[in-house]
Amino acid sequence: MILIFLIAILLLAGILAGISARWSTQLPRWISLAALAVDLVLAGRIWAARSLSAPKLWYDQVDWNWVPNFGIHFHLAIDGLSLLMLILAFFLGIVAVLCSWTEIREKIGFFHFNLMWVLAGIVSVFLAVDLFLFYFAWELMLIPMYFLIVIWGHERRVYAGTKFFLFTQCSGLLMLIAILALYFIHHQTTGVYTFEYSELLGTTLSSRAELAIMLGFFVAFAVKLPVVPLHTWLPDAHTEAPTAGSVILAGLLLKTGGYGLLRFVIPLFPRAAHEFTPAALALGVVGIIYGAVMAFSQTDLKRLVAYTSVSHLGFVLLGIFSWNKLALQGAIMTMICHGLSTGALFVLVGGLQERMHTRDLDRMGGLWTVMPRLSALALFFSLASLGLPGLGDFVGEFLVLLGSYKVSVALTVIATLGILASTFYALRMMQSAFFGPNTNSWQLPDLTRREGLVMAVMVLGLLWLGFYPQPVLNTFAPAMDNLQRAAQMPAAALRRQR
Amino acid sequence: MNATDTLALLPLLLLAGTVVVVVLGIAVKRSYEVTAGLTLTGLTASFLSVCAVVPPVPRQVGSLLLVDRYALFYLGLIIVSAAAVAVLSYQYFAKHDGQREELYLLLVLATLGCGVLVTSVHFASFLLGLEVLSISLYGMVAYFTGRGQALEAGVKYLILASASAAFLLFGMALIYAATGTMAFSSIQNLSLDRSNLALLLPGIALSITGIGFKLGLVPFHLWTPDVYQGAPAPVAAFVATTSKTAVVALLLRFLAAGTQQSRAVFLVFSAIAIASMFAGNLLALQQDNVKRVLAYSSIAHFGYILVAFLAGTTMAAGAVAFYLVAYTVTILAAFGIVTVLSTSVADAADLEEYCGLFWRRPVLASIFTAVLLSLAGIPVTIGFVGKFYILASGANASSWPLIIVLVLTSVIGLFYYLRIVVTLFSVMPERQSSEQRVELGGAFVLGGLAVLVVWLGVYPAPLLNLIRAMIGALN
Repeated sequence: MILIFLIAILLLAGILAGISARWSTQLPRWISLAALAVDLVLAGRIWAARSLSAPKLWYDQVDWNWVPNFGIHFHLAIDGLSLLMLILAFFLGIVAVLCSWTEIREKIGFFHFNLMWVLAGIVSVFLAVDLFLFYFAWELMLIPMYFLIVIWGHERRVYAGTKFFLFTQCSGLLMLIAILALYFIHHQTTGVYTFEYSELLGTTLSSRAELAIMLGFFVAFAVKLPVVPLHTWLPDAHTEAPTAGSVILAGLLLKTGGYGLLRFVIPLFPRAAHEFTPAALALGVVGIIYGAVMAFSQTDLKRLVAYTSVSHLGFVLLGIFSWNKLALQGAIMTMICHGLSTGALFVLVGGLQERMHTRDLDRMGGLWTVMPRLSALALFFSLASLGLPGLGDFVGEFLVLLGSYKVSVALTVIATLGILASTFYALRMMQSAFFGPNTNSWQLPDLTRREGLVMAVMVLGLLWLGFYPQPVLNTFAPAMDNLQRAAQMPAAALRRQR
Repeated sequence: MNATDTLALLPLLLLAGTVVVVVLGIAVKRSYEVTAGLTLTGLTASFLSVCAVVPPVPRQVGSLLLVDRYALFYLGLIIVSAAAVAVLSYQYFAKHDGQREELYLLLVLATLGCGVLVTSVHFASFLLGLEVLSISLYGMVAYFTGRGQALEAGVKYLILASASAAFLLFGMALIYAATGTMAFSSIQNLSLDRSNLALLLPGIALSITGIGFKLGLVPFHLWTPDVYQGAPAPVAAFVATTSKTAVVALLLRFLAAGTQQSRAVFLVFSAIAIASMFAGNLLALQQDNVKRVLAYSSIAHFGYILVAFLAGTTMAAGAVAFYLVAYTVTILAAFGIVTVLSTSVADAADLEEYCGLFWRRPVLASIFTAVLLSLAGIPVTIGFVGKFYILASGANASSWPLIIVLVLTSVIGLFYYLRIVVTLFSVMPERQSSEQRVELGGAFVLGGLAVLVVWLGVYPAPLLNLIRAMIGALN
C-alpha cells in the first residue's frame, strides 16, 4: 500500500498547492516541499527495511484489477532499481521546488500543481509493472511537463514544448503498438490476455516479430534517453524550460528512458536486443562524441549543459547494451550521478539567468570575483561532469568503460575520447564565464543561503557516490541479477557469441 | 403489430409522440420554456423506455425494423446526446429573439430519424430514417435566417445531402436488381453468388457515397467545415455526434460482413480511411476557427473509426461502439464550451477569443483542456481508452498499415490540439471580453460530460461491460 501512498501524496499535494495559491504565495511551495519530504522518508523506510528482508523479486507491491475485460491490472512493484530511481526523483523534486522559490513569481499554484503531477507520473513510470499502466504513466508525465515548459519557459517556449510533446508522443504511440503486438502474440501462444510484465517475460516470438517489437520499445526510450538522431527536442526543451523544468527533464525524464531499456527492452527481448547490440553500442558512442562536440561549440550556457546530457547518457546506452555486471552498475551510477551533477549545473545556470537575465557565454566573464561561492560550485560540478576521480560521475563512466571493454575494445577507445572531449567543454565553460576580466562590469549578489543549502547537499551526494558507491551498487545488485536472469543472457554467453 | 411489437418500438413511438405534442403545444401557445420542457420530458421518457424495453428484445418488427440490444445501445446514446444538445440549446437560443420554439421540434424529429436508422435492417427504413434526419437538419443548420453563414451552410447541406441521397437510392436500386430483396441480409452473402457482383458492387459503391457523405469522410467531406462553422453551436454538436453515431451504427449492420468478403469493398474503405485521417488532420492545421478545427478533426476521427470497422472482428465492433461514446461525450463537451461562451451576436469560434481563458475562467478552460486532450487521445481521458481500443482491434486483425497511418496522423493532430491548449493558457489579453454566465442546465451538462471524460478514461470497465453485452446481439 505504501507504493500507492507515494503517488497519491504527490497527486494530492499538487491539487492542494493549486488551490492554496488563492490564499498565499508561499503555501504552495511549503505544501510541495512537505509532500516530497514525506515521500523521501517513506522511500528511505523501504530502503532501510530492504536490507533486513531476504532478497526476493519485489520488496513491495500492489496489484489491483483495473480493466478486467482487457486483462489490465493496476500493478505497482518496487525493487532495487526502482527504489534508487524513486529516491533520486524525490530528492531532485525537492531541489526543483527550492530552486524555483524566487524564480517563479506568477501562477505559483498551477506551477506547483504541474510540478507535483509530473513527479507523480515519473514515480508511476518507475513503479509500474503492468505494461498498460506503464504506458499510461509514460504519457501522463508528458502533459504537466509540457505545461511547465510552455507557461513558465523562456523566449521560444511554445516551439520547444510542442517539439518535446510531439517527439515523445509519436515514439510513445509506436511503443503502444509494440505493447499491443506483444499482448496479442502472448495471447496466441498461451491463451491469456495480460499486460503483466512478469508473465510477458519469455513470450515466444518469431525473430522478425521480436526485432520489430523491440524496436518499437527502443524508439520510445531512445527519444527520452536521448539517442543521437532522436535527440533534437532535448536542447530546445532543456534550454527553454524554467530551471525546475530543466532539473526534472535532465535529472529524471531522461532516466525514464534508461530505466525502460533496463527494465523492458533487454529482459523482454533478449535475442533481438543481442542482435541489435552492435548498432546500439555504436549509437551510444556517437552520442558521447556528438554531445561533447556540440556542447563545446555552444554560446548559450544552458544549451551547453543540455548537450552534455546527450554525451553522458551515451554512456548509459553503452553500459546497458554491454549487458554485463560492471557495465550495468556503471550505467546505473551514471544515471544517478548525472541527475545530481547536471541537475546542479542547471540550478546554477538558472541562478545566473535570474541574476543576469542572459545565458549568453559571450556576455559573461570574470564572474569569479563577483560571485566567488557560485563560481566555485560551478567549478566543482563541471569537474564532476568531466569525470574527476573521487566524484560520482567518474565511478559510473569508469565502470561503463570497464564493462564495454569486454564487449568491444574499439568502441570503448572512442568512448574514452568522449571523456577527453568533456574536459574541453567543461573548461571552456569555466574559462569564458567565470575567469578572465569582468568586461561587462557585472555587480551581482552571490548565492543565497537557500541556494547554498541545496548545493551543499548535492556536493555531499556526489562526494559520497564518488568515494563510497557500494551502498548504491548493493541496492541495485539483486535487481540486476533478476534482470539478467530474465534476459537469460549472462555476460559469459554474450562474450562467447562474439 | 401486437403488444410486444409496440413495446419494442416504444422508444421510437415516444419520440414520435413528443413531436406531435410539441407541435400542438406550439400551436396552442408559444412558450419557449414550455416547449423546451416538453422536449426534455419526451426525450427522458424515451430514454427510460429504452431501459424498459430490454426484456422483449431481440424483436423483429415487420421486415423493416429490428430492435435488439445493439439497436437499444445506440438508441440510448442518441437520445442522451440529443437531450444534452437540447439543454445546451436552451441557454444559447434564449439569448436570441424571434421564433425559437421550432428548433426543439426539429431536434426531436431528427432524433426520431436517427432512431429509425439504428433499428433499420431494410433499405426502406434506412432511406426513411435518413430523410427524416436530413430534412430536419436543413432547418436546424439554417435556423438563424439572418446570418449569412448559416444560410450558406444550410443551402450547401441541402444540395449536397439531396445529391448524396440520390446516389444512395440508385445504389439501393442496383442492389435490389442484383439480389431481389431490400433486406440488409442480401449483401451479407456477397461471396456466394459471383454472377451478381457486376450489379452488386456498383450498388454498394453508390451506397457508400451516401453513407460517406453523412459521416463527412474524404472525399465526401466538403460540407463539413462550412456547416460546422455556419450552424449554431448546439446544432453543430448534433450534426457532429448524434447524426453521425446513427449512421455508423447503421453502417456496421449494413456492411460489416461485406468488407470481410469482398476485397474491393475492403480496399475502398481502406482508401477512404487513410484519406480521411490524413486530410482531416492536415487541413485542421491551417484553421484559426475552433468550430472549423472541430470539423476537420471529426473527419479524422471517423477515419480512425473506419480502422476499427475494417478490422471486422467482434472486438472491432466493441471498439467502434466505445469510440463513438468517447467521441460523442468529448465533442458534446467541446461544443458545449463554444455554446456557453457564445453571445447573441456571434458564436465564440475565433481562436483569439480563447486567449488566456484559463486565467479568466479556470473551470471552463480546464474542461476544454481535458476535452482537447481527449480528442488527441492522451491518458486519463476517455479518448485515450477509445484510441487504445481501436489500436488493439487493429493490431488484433494485423492491419498494420492502417494502424501506422493512424499513429502518424494522430501525431499531426496533436499539433493543432496543443495550439488551442497553448492559447487557453497564454497570457491574458488586455481587453476584457464580455463574460457570459453559465446557466444551471448548461453547467450541469458540461460538468457531467467532463466527469465522464475523466471517469471513463480512468475506469472504463463499466462501459466496456455494457458494450460487451451489446455486441453479443450483433452476431
